[in-house]
Amino acid sequence: MTNDLTRLTADALATKLAAGDISSVEATQAHLDRIAAVEGAVHAFLHVASDSALAEAADIDRRRAAGEQLHPLAGVPIAIKDVIVTKGMPTTSGSKILEGWVPPYDATVMTKLRAAGLVSLGKTNMDEFAMGSSTEHSAYGPTHNPWDLERIPGGSGGGSAAAVAAFEAPFALGSDTGGSIRQPAHVTGTVGLKPTYGGVSRYGAIALASSLDQIGPVSRTVLDSALLHDVIGGHDPRDSTSLTDVWPSFAEAVRNADVAGLRIGVIKELQGDGFQPGVMERFREALALLEGAGAIITEVELPSVEHAIAAYYLIMPAEASSNLAKFDSVRFGLRVNPKGGGTVEDVMSATREQGFGAETKRRIILGTYALSAGYYDAYYGSAQKVRTLVQRDFAAAFANADVLVSPTAPTTAFKLGEKTGDPLSMYLNDIATIPANLAGIPGISVPAGLAAEDGLPVGIQFLAPAREDARLYGVAAALEALLEEKWGHTLLSQAPDLSSSEMNATDEGAV
Amino acid sequence: MSEITQEQVTHLANLARIALTPEEIVSLTSELGSIMDHVATVTEVATPDVPATSHPIPLQNVFRDDVVGQTLTAEEALAGAPDHDGSRFRVTAILGEEQ
Amino acid sequence: MAKLMDYDRALELFEPVLGFEVHIELSTKTKMFSDAPNYFGGEPNTNITPVDLGLPGSLPVVNGQAVRYAISLGLALGCSIAPTSRFARKNYFYPDLAKNYQISQSDEPIAFAGSVEVELPNGRMFTVPIERAHMEEDAGKLTHVGGATGRIQGAEYSLVDYNRAGVPLVEIVTDIIYGAEADAPELAKAYVSTIRDIVVGLGISEARMERGNLRCDANISLRRRTPEGEPPAPLGTRTETKNVNSLRSVERAIRYEIQRQAAILDEGGTITQETRHWHEDTGETSAGRPKSDADDYRYFPEPDLLPVVPSDELIEELRAALPEAPAIRRRRLKAEWNFTDLEFQDLTNSGLVNEVIDTVAAGASPAAARKWWTGEIARTANAQGVDATTLVTPLQVAQLVALVDDGTLTDRLARQVLEGVIAGEGTPQQVVDARGLAVVSDDGALIAAIDEALQSQPDVLAKIRDGKVQAAGAVIGAVMKAMKGQADAARVRELVLERATALPE
Ligand SMILES: [Mg+2]
Ligand SMILES: [Zn+2]
Repeated sequence: MTNDLTRLTADALATKLAAGDISSVEATQAHLDRIAAVEGAVHAFLHVASDSALAEAADIDRRRAAGEQLHPLAGVPIAIKDVIVTKGMPTTSGSKILEGWVPPYDATVMTKLRAAGLVSLGKTNMDEFAMGSSTEHSAYGPTHNPWDLERIPGGSGGGSAAAVAAFEAPFALGSDTGGSIRQPAHVTGTVGLKPTYGGVSRYGAIALASSLDQIGPVSRTVLDSALLHDVIGGHDPRDSTSLTDVWPSFAEAVRNADVAGLRIGVIKELQGDGFQPGVMERFREALALLEGAGAIITEVELPSVEHAIAAYYLIMPAEASSNLAKFDSVRFGLRVNPKGGGTVEDVMSATREQGFGAETKRRIILGTYALSAGYYDAYYGSAQKVRTLVQRDFAAAFANADVLVSPTAPTTAFKLGEKTGDPLSMYLNDIATIPANLAGIPGISVPAGLAAEDGLPVGIQFLAPAREDARLYGVAAALEALLEEKWGHTLLSQAPDLSSSEMNATDEGAV
Repeated sequence: MSEITQEQVTHLANLARIALTPEEIVSLTSELGSIMDHVATVTEVATPDVPATSHPIPLQNVFRDDVVGQTLTAEEALAGAPDHDGSRFRVTAILGEEQ
Repeated sequence: MAKLMDYDRALELFEPVLGFEVHIELSTKTKMFSDAPNYFGGEPNTNITPVDLGLPGSLPVVNGQAVRYAISLGLALGCSIAPTSRFARKNYFYPDLAKNYQISQSDEPIAFAGSVEVELPNGRMFTVPIERAHMEEDAGKLTHVGGATGRIQGAEYSLVDYNRAGVPLVEIVTDIIYGAEADAPELAKAYVSTIRDIVVGLGISEARMERGNLRCDANISLRRRTPEGEPPAPLGTRTETKNVNSLRSVERAIRYEIQRQAAILDEGGTITQETRHWHEDTGETSAGRPKSDADDYRYFPEPDLLPVVPSDELIEELRAALPEAPAIRRRRLKAEWNFTDLEFQDLTNSGLVNEVIDTVAAGASPAAARKWWTGEIARTANAQGVDATTLVTPLQVAQLVALVDDGTLTDRLARQVLEGVIAGEGTPQQVVDARGLAVVSDDGALIAAIDEALQSQPDVLAKIRDGKVQAAGAVIGAVMKAMKGQADAARVRELVLERATALPE
């Protein structure tokens, strides 16, 4: 039964493909079958590209048979967050305003995936324009957490995390503006890394907040994230903020993982109050394991972190309000003609009223306010200064630590619908992930186990100085090995087998 | 630090070209008020001596050579348009003027 | 139709205060932020990339050549070059603006605080203060369909072509200009014309106003004059006149606005702060959009782009490559050519300075070059209703002058040759050959004609032999007639005297 193939990591699939043990068509079909079996329950995908995926897979198989030298990951299936522009696959960024839009160009990361011969399974669900921490703000209905279908898969990249956790894809692309890769990883028991700002091209990633957005890998193992990062990373002349650095092999960093002598700084401000006991328990356990492996655990302070959320919820909506102005019904996407006609202004206003969801409108209005005449200095200007303070805090902390560590989020997955009525409490949930985006530094979330009180996954977050993404892969891989050795299995092997519970799936409309 | 009024939200919605319903204006006014109460704390720490950071990784002079690359065809450009005349995008009557 | 006050009366009552915003389209190969060709004729929506169309996910990248051009222009305007300049987003919704924000430089322009020397037709020199020159991108092109006039008013729908979207612009903004007084319209024209000369000299723009490569928005307000000893009145409310796309229109639009505003103010009315549109056909301006608090552009630093920090080396390299400033060049040429004020003024007004420069470079004397261009050529151009530069080339004029100088042509013959050149008969030499217009310099032919004339007029011959040399005139006239004018009269006279003694009695 081909279903077994979905339990393999990307690395294992790649090995079998290269050895000729399996074909890419088999691997792809296995994942498409899995998608068909569990999507009713999980709803991780907005678009499943069965035909093109099988065609791409067949092409890789043909090229391999012809003796062509292929990329090590050629033929491995992958899921793409719908924030990424894809030629030939609809791209909506989770919004009604882009329903049915098929872009005439590929994002740079897509070009790189295609060049490496990865097979795109489809586009994953997300909060509209990546605005959210629960994927409940998708215009196409929420994604369900494979660990508990009544709970959120995190957000905004809940679709990518859930697809990976539910074995619908070995790995996926995500995007992280304030934690949208790491927080979903935390609540789904998966791995996700936000690269150093500028480490991966943003060209073709539908912008939420240009100075915060980064595309990154989502996977079940640290090695798979590193392998994917090695494909998508590197300089892109189409993105002015793209770094020209020559990056080391991140897969190599995973294989050489060693924490002996590594100074790990525990962020004082990101623990205790507001952090669920089960989250803190797994966190301390992980630190103890790392210490046992030779790491030096210290404590660091980031006093400005207390203002990070405030700064973030000014900068992000301000940039978003401008980035989302292009959705105006002229060149692409939805057009709504108001009753009785009207001018183009009226058409634009009606389109944006109907095409945007509540959270998007909320943030556009908030951002418009933060930038408007008379308020700019107090709000946007001050927020940019806080950003400087956060960077200074990190610089000071990294003088005494090689990596920093915190729980990825204060709590495990909350229930769908639990926080939709209270935007502010949803925002406060991003406390641990936001600082890295403000400072542009890389961050990774790796599974740390299950919280005792609810049996739900808990993630641990490591942060490194800008450009030191490799350090994160090293420490995360070391912890992953220590934990799996302790448990005797992977965390995701403990997740419910959805193919049998498919009939009991939460009805999408019921939430 | 600032009371947000319904008039302000109406004005912002106009600037942002969103035809908010009266109900949305009411709810956004109160939501915005509580969000701003929270985020306005940035002003307390943003003293004049602190410089602003607009880019997380400081770079400068990122330029492109003046060399022509690949363009879209008119067909590709128009493919996603709600309305066009075969070569140009069509929009309803414009009342305002160019800036 | 607006009421207008007599211009002189308006100047008695009010002081005109000016300000200009000139947009220059740079002639780079590609656009400001994308690698699409910088060309917007042709099929609509073909010279665009995802960036120019503002497609979701697309990102701008700055054209380095546009930055160099902007620095050169800033230096030519006498500006300081900012050690750091930044792009910002100017947010407003309009269908020709793909992203619904324009990337421009708001608070931190690349060049600031300069000045331009402008020479008015009456010889007055005027220094126009420059506040800034900044880089930005052009918008797409709208065509309004269904209205009676093709204008925006009354149109049923509009069509958008984004080929022009993203074309690199430099916007030059003056400080407030005081003291132009009655010369205000001429100053406006001379300023725009000087800017045009500067950018053409730099080779950074086609600067064709009729094509929109160079566009001028003219701000004007009137300040009421106060009796001597009293404090000056506050500045008046200004209007911004757009759509002025020829040098002549710039002058006319300013004059019109002065007369219109003066009439309103004199009757106790108030000026509305608004944009006004210039109508070339009627010579009037009409009210446009009033400035309002809706003009909240929510500027913020463009997060997709990074600061421009030009090195001192680059700035000095570009400074060293600057051509001479038009005003300085003019002063130098006048001295070099040894022209009187009047002669040079005449030449400047004819707009043919460059033609004379090129003609002199091709070997003609400055005096001759000026004489031909501002004389016969300008007259012909005027009669034909065309531009003098389209009739002949500076090289052809220099060749013509050379033929006069070496005695091949007389002035009268040269005018006929010019006529042939203008008619497309070839180079001056080809016209001379084809029409057989050269001065007869073959003494044999002349002597034969002289001998014949002398022998047919024995009385005249006798008088000459008697020493009454003035009698030779009659013979000379006959010879010139026989030679159809293609002879050098001085040489003929010399030969007549010689033959009179040489001929047998
Ligand atoms: Mg627009
Ligand atoms: Zn401008």
